[in-house]
Amino acid sequence: MSAARLRRRKLVNAVMLRTTGACAIGIAAVLLGILGYLFLNGIGSLSLDFFTQLPKPVGETGGGMANAIVGSAKILGMAVVVGVPLGFLGGVYLAEYAGATGQFVVRYVTDLLNGVPSIVIGIFAYALVVLPAKQFSAYAGGVALGMMMIPIAVRSTEEFLRAVPRGLREAALALGAPKWKVLVTVVVPAARDGIITGIILNLARVAGETAPLLFTAFSNRFWSEGLNEPTATLPVMIYTYAISPYDDWHRQAWAAGFVLLMLVVTMNIAARMLMARSPLRGAR
Amino acid sequence: MRVAGSTSPEHAPTTSLRRRLLGGDEIARFIVTAAAAGILIACGLLVYELWVSSGAARHEFGWSFITGRTWDPNAGEFGAWPFVVGTTVTSAIALLIAVPAGVGAAIFLAELAPRRVSDFLAFCIELLAAVPSVIYGLLGVFILVPVMKVLVDGPLKAALGWLPIFSGPFYGVSTLTAGVLLALMVLPFIVSVSRQVLLSVPTEQREAALALGATRWETTWNVVLPYAKRGIYGSAFLALARALGETMAVTMVIGNSPQLQASLLAPGYSIAAVVANEFTEATGDLYVSALIALGLVLFGLTVVINGLARLLVASTSTRATAVQ
Repeated sequence: MSAARLRRRKLVNAVMLRTTGACAIGIAAVLLGILGYLFLNGIGSLSLDFFTQLPKPVGETGGGMANAIVGSAKILGMAVVVGVPLGFLGGVYLAEYAGATGQFVVRYVTDLLNGVPSIVIGIFAYALVVLPAKQFSAYAGGVALGMMMIPIAVRSTEEFLRAVPRGLREAALALGAPKWKVLVTVVVPAARDGIITGIILNLARVAGETAPLLFTAFSNRFWSEGLNEPTATLPVMIYTYAISPYDDWHRQAWAAGFVLLMLVVTMNIAARMLMARSPLRGAR
Repeated sequence: MRVAGSTSPEHAPTTSLRRRLLGGDEIARFIVTAAAAGILIACGLLVYELWVSSGAARHEFGWSFITGRTWDPNAGEFGAWPFVVGTTVTSAIALLIAVPAGVGAAIFLAELAPRRVSDFLAFCIELLAAVPSVIYGLLGVFILVPVMKVLVDGPLKAALGWLPIFSGPFYGVSTLTAGVLLALMVLPFIVSVSRQVLLSVPTEQREAALALGATRWETTWNVVLPYAKRGIYGSAFLALARALGETMAVTMVIGNSPQLQASLLAPGYSIAAVVANEFTEATGDLYVSALIALGLVLFGLTVVINGLARLLVASTSTRATAVQ
């Protein structure tokens, strides 16, 4: 092999490897840079009013997003009620009861549902809840987000149930317990940390969803009473405020963005910590 | 469960059913099966609602709904072509940027970086994947749009303005900006999936190539990447499905103009963005149903793309380079 060729190969090697390093560092720098910007800008825009005040009428400065914070909490609560039980039981079905056909069908459909764009889910909730009720409501928003939670709830429940060691089940069954009792008292508690982690990550994912809320929960500049009224949420407020022409609203959009990001990041880190101490760590 | 009583053989099946009912197993099975059926029904309902609610537009325009070039709600004319183009072009730009950069970064993380650095960076990148799209939109509006206008659009037009795709006036909000923002959004996704795929390539493969005298890069390019090829394609397809359906970030930076324009520097529109912008303001059954038909188009598109991605990923997993 000629020396020139070897030199060329070494040159290509050095150049390409450095390029990949540049890609990694570039991506990390750009992404962390913009998030750092959000962090600094958001923390500077944050005030106590943001958490305690209603939005001020257009044109007046000040005010906060207290109603949107409560609204987001309401809708996420609704989403958990709609999505988690169905998803959890679906996951139990897949892991413990389904035959080959049932597994294939349920998996296929949940994968399909997982890939449906969030805006399409919004249209669905609009047609299903808003149109018959002739009203935007927290219910509709909750149904939309709950629907989005189902596929991941199914998947994570199934995975963690499957990760429970066979020996545990067999020991319980050998004691003469019926299958459901084994599930309720042995298998599900063993997988509990994992399942809760899955739910937290799932919730973090839908907490930032905006598109499906635009025409289900809509928005509201005042407190919404109960669940049957148009309801403000943080993500929708960020959207409305960011595209508005007012500087003060831009400032509040940054503050809201910061709060939402902190919420999502905290949930993610909490979930990871919970997983780290779980004996089923290797499951995911 | 207590030992069964003195059951005569001919009554065995009924008793056993009753016993199982009392034991609760049949009830448990019924509950979870009902939940699974509920999920299937919910999904069926989704397709049904989309199909029925878009009926008026489908009957009025048929297939020309997709190919029609005019979107004029006042005149009752609804053609989705500009939006289909917008969605396709922004997603294509996103993949053109994100796939090479993302795979490059994944190679660095999986092949070169020390394991602890790699794990830490991967953790950061996965956190970035969890950032809500409206926050990317916020950053897009206030950072990316001005940056694109000054640093990218201007020089591009000066250098390549003779190409139709870089011609005409520019305002910062454009198809190109939306594509770049989408690229940023799908990058974390591509990096983390590709990294996992690369890490699952057996070490022997690398050692064999290195032992034959290949350089580090030659090993990666000729041995590791081909081995992980399908998993990486799968990650690109999943990213594509995400980009196609992405709504908020695109809506906020694409400029929202239903005119079909050749220039990437001009404002455009995407399917999801139209639905997000016009749905609550739509008046008249035909208008609403046209918007829902757009949702149906988007649904169809993502189902196909997701299906392809699953096939690719699944065919890789069978070769023991599982993605997840």
